[in-house]
Amino acid sequence: MVEEYKVQLEVFEGPLDLLLYLIKKEEVDIYNIPIERVTTQYVQYIELMKMLDLNLAGDFLVMAATLMMIKSRMLLPPEERPELEPEEEDDPRWDLVRQLVEYKKFKDAAIFLEGLEDERDGIFGREGANVALEARPDMALRDVSLFDLLSVFNDALKKISQEDLKEIFAERFTVADKIEAITQRLQREDRLSFASLFTELSSRHEIVCTFLAVLELIRLRQIRAVQDHAFGEIQVTRGDAE
Amino acid sequence: MSDVNVLPELKQIIGAMLFVSKQPLTLAAMRRTLAQVAEKEGGIYRDFGKATEPLLAAALEELKVELDTRKPGFHVTEVAHGFKLENDVNCGPWLRQLLEKGRTAHLSRPALETLAIIAYRQPATRSEIEAVRGVAVDALIHNLLELQLIKVVGRSELPGKPWQYGTTQAFLEHFGLRAIDDLPGVEELRRMEAEQIKRREAAQAEATLAEDEPAQIETEGKGAPEPESEPIPLDSGLTAGEVDEEDDAADVKKRGQS
Repeated sequence: MVEEYKVQLEVFEGPLDLLLYLIKKEEVDIYNIPIERVTTQYVQYIELMKMLDLNLAGDFLVMAATLMMIKSRMLLPPEERPELEPEEEDDPRWDLVRQLVEYKKFKDAAIFLEGLEDERDGIFGREGANVALEARPDMALRDVSLFDLLSVFNDALKKISQEDLKEIFAERFTVADKIEAITQRLQREDRLSFASLFTELSSRHEIVCTFLAVLELIRLRQIRAVQDHAFGEIQVTRGDAE
Repeated sequence: MSDVNVLPELKQIIGAMLFVSKQPLTLAAMRRTLAQVAEKEGGIYRDFGKATEPLLAAALEELKVELDTRKPGFHVTEVAHGFKLENDVNCGPWLRQLLEKGRTAHLSRPALETLAIIAYRQPATRSEIEAVRGVAVDALIHNLLELQLIKVVGRSELPGKPWQYGTTQAFLEHFGLRAIDDLPGVEELRRMEAEQIKRREAAQAEATLAEDEPAQIETEGKGAPEPESEPIPLDSGLTAGEVDEEDDAADVKKRGQS
């Protein structure tokens, strides 16, 4: 049998990225995070990433533990909470909030830099001496975040567990096959919705293979995933690499 | 064709220097060059050697205006502490073809975030950057070093003497910035600091008042961000959105106290 295609995907996003993503997605107040809800979702995304065998940084697990600790502390009435350091705040969430707010500032600064980069897209200067970044140094998840993709993946998985659990014998799907299939579909169509890649699929295994194929194609810049607005529908188009 | 025996105007010399220069050229470098030629050649070149930087700036401005009026497809731009000639952006597609450049590569969001942290916090060690991003940045730093957007600028006094990173000239050029101060937030930062002090004083006044009242049930409100206890470091990009968040913080406080 064909050796399973191993997707070597580095995850450059960290736990704070995931938390900010969830806060935005759930439209909750960053200064008043519903810790229970966010923790549940956070753990769910970690499970997804584990299932995909992504190179998961240990920081994700550390944060999961932190969230659990905050959650348990908040269940206690204030007078029964463990003795705090003098400078520590009453609200167990505050340390985390401060960290998130600070990071958010840099995320906004990054968006500003991205805008400058876009403006200068067609400027080459003398003898084409643009500080041309010859190769994109890391995974080209510029247009959508990994978490946006995972959210669609999660929906696809949920649908299947509701409808069809009669998976009797293991079907043989490989990531390589799916890469081929997606590439071919994009020969015929210029643009397709990311979610539509999963609609016809009937098994968990096939969904996982398809999702990994998409990640790999994005990494290889064969395809691009774009989104018109935050949390909008994700579209897949042909990428820069020929 | 210009005659070799006819002396050029100052703005023409500047234009020619910009034309051949690969690096952004500073006024100081132009003045130095003119002085060196005056000393070496003497004679008719001596007068140019006396050109001061304000004089050069004026001549450069004249050249700039001329190019902007005649629009030859390129213009003078101020970047990375100097000046250089740059093509007009609307001519980009043909240049890309001519130079056989593919699509310009862009930095990914995580790379841009790491870069932003370094830009605002420089000199910054790896662990300082990781403290903000909450995740390892080794690979990203490696890539940014390779792209020469950042460089090692020193070593920290901390145990283990970790490297400190800062942005490069190429960073300024890549983003078309004149200097690091061009990044948003530097000016705003001062204003925010002033606001923080004001807020701190207000909070202290409120705290004194609160002591006379019975204990509040809403302990969460008390835990909400109180700038006086530990101000959020503000030497970062403070865009309009951030200001909103600061307002949110104030709102939460109000809610907690009402």
